[in-house]
Amino acid sequence: MRTSFPRNLGFFVGLVLLCMFAIFPALWMAITAFKQNGDLYNPINNPFLFNLPPTLSHIEFLFTNTNYPIFLWNSFVIGVLVVAITLVLAVPAAYSLARLMGHWGERSSIAIFLVYLIPPTLLFIPLYEIVTMLGAANTIWSLVLVYPTITVPFCTWLMLSFFRSIPREVEEAALTDGWSRVGVFFRVALPLAVPGITTCIVFAFALSLSDYVYAAVFVSSTISRTVSAGVPTELIRGDIYYWQALMAATAIVGIPLAVVYGLLFDRLVKGFQVDLPRSAKG
Amino acid sequence: MRRENMAIGGEPDGYKGLSVQPAGLRLADREGFVGTAMLAPAIIYVIALVGVPFFLAIALSLSDATVGNPSIHHFVGLANFISVIHEAAFAFALRNSLIITAATLVLLTILTIIQVEILARDFVGKRIAEILLILPWAMPVALAAVGWLWLLDSEYSPIDWILRAVGLLGPRTPLGPANNLYYLGREWLGLGAVVVINVWRTLPLSTIIVLAGRTAIPHELFEQAQLDGAGYFRTLFRITLPALAILLTVAILFTVLVIFGDLTVVALTTRGGPGYATEILPYWAYLKGIQGGALSQGAAIALFLFPVLLAVSIVALRMAYRREGL
Repeated sequence: MRTSFPRNLGFFVGLVLLCMFAIFPALWMAITAFKQNGDLYNPINNPFLFNLPPTLSHIEFLFTNTNYPIFLWNSFVIGVLVVAITLVLAVPAAYSLARLMGHWGERSSIAIFLVYLIPPTLLFIPLYEIVTMLGAANTIWSLVLVYPTITVPFCTWLMLSFFRSIPREVEEAALTDGWSRVGVFFRVALPLAVPGITTCIVFAFALSLSDYVYAAVFVSSTISRTVSAGVPTELIRGDIYYWQALMAATAIVGIPLAVVYGLLFDRLVKGFQVDLPRSAKG
Repeated sequence: MRRENMAIGGEPDGYKGLSVQPAGLRLADREGFVGTAMLAPAIIYVIALVGVPFFLAIALSLSDATVGNPSIHHFVGLANFISVIHEAAFAFALRNSLIITAATLVLLTILTIIQVEILARDFVGKRIAEILLILPWAMPVALAAVGWLWLLDSEYSPIDWILRAVGLLGPRTPLGPANNLYYLGREWLGLGAVVVINVWRTLPLSTIIVLAGRTAIPHELFEQAQLDGAGYFRTLFRITLPALAILLTVAILFTVLVIFGDLTVVALTTRGGPGYATEILPYWAYLKGIQGGALSQGAAIALFLFPVLLAVSIVALRMAYRREGL
């Protein structure tokens, strides 16, 4: 397509500005994490440059003198358990909706996404009751129990679009050969769905890592804190902020996640494409 | 006009219409049984931990339960709702929740359209741009909020430094005389900061939703428009935006759910202050219900969100399923 100079200019200016807006906080985190106190707390210094040599001492402090490693470990354990529960619940459910429940099943995609969007605000107080009654308050189990309310709808939505994008012919051939539907699911559909399942694992893990509300409400003891709730509540003591360590704590989790999400960008766009182009037909 | 309305009618990959009918009734029965069995665990889980808690929230809001005594034995009718409405914080919280949501939507709509138009093109380094642009959604919201807290620091904000460097802030300058703007310590700057953070973190999601529709618009439409001599903006307003109208609305409504119901950003940046100036309903529910121990009142405040969330969901669903015969 021929494009004029002003339009190209507008395109690049827009792209650069939007990228800057998106990464500005992360950039600031990354710069801060390596700054010496004398450099950081001097309002005259250019904050984007290293006026004194960068240092790793704050990151060392974070890992040796704070509870950050505990938070990381808790988040990791919770993430793994939530991923397992999510796959067991969401993958069969998505397959059932995509193949076995007829027309309404295939089209339930947007409604399922809506369940994912139900805000924790509406549910955290009654769930606090439930968690307390079950004796799970203040343990990581309260979060393992509750996080699938976020991940199961999201992953069901993702897998539904994935199963629908796999041609039916292969499965139908296997069915005609006398395989049972359950056999087809395990031996034909699941192997074909491995890329989708990988995406689900990533997102279920990331979503369980991202929650703040449930983690802050259900768990108040340091030993069971997650990264999302532990960093803002326990690394900030009163008015004393260890900014470099804090920024390191956020960047260490946030930036790798961003890269993984970015690599899955197209997969996400496709997740909406399977359903929406039809829906958007005017 | 007819052609334009048909804009994004492309059949999705691999969609083959209805399933091939099974040979006999017996097999059909079995398909239904297997389907139900595979779906049931997920449905039961969601009912138990989303459906039940919702009704429990209603029961709580009508009771006098506290954190110290959480059992729902004694019902007090609408007393909790009446008492929270009469508190000074309520008017602030309701007003701010609405203002923040509305302002976020306006900015988000404009930026989503621009970002989708940019990502609809092919260019060198697009993969890298996607990684950068999706970053705000990938970053856990609490950690992002801590990052913003530091970015908007009262003394060391790099934004203030830039403003001082270009001569807009400081003694004898347009934004002076102070050396800092104190973003999180002032009513309207605080609300503005929350809006910017909300736009920042929801832009990737709305972009992805709308981009799904944008890439499905047939190329021929744009080529035709170009042959007809239509300029870029004419094409944008006559072809692209009408084709994306429904998707854009769905994306925006989804974002309303995320923003209207969120407490993390306010809880970790302005904390509702100064005073109640940036208080919002979700955070106030948290302060009352969990920090203050009045579970029943917290539940009542959270339920004020429900009519808005319900209305938005219904409209979003109707939009999405429009003309699908559902």
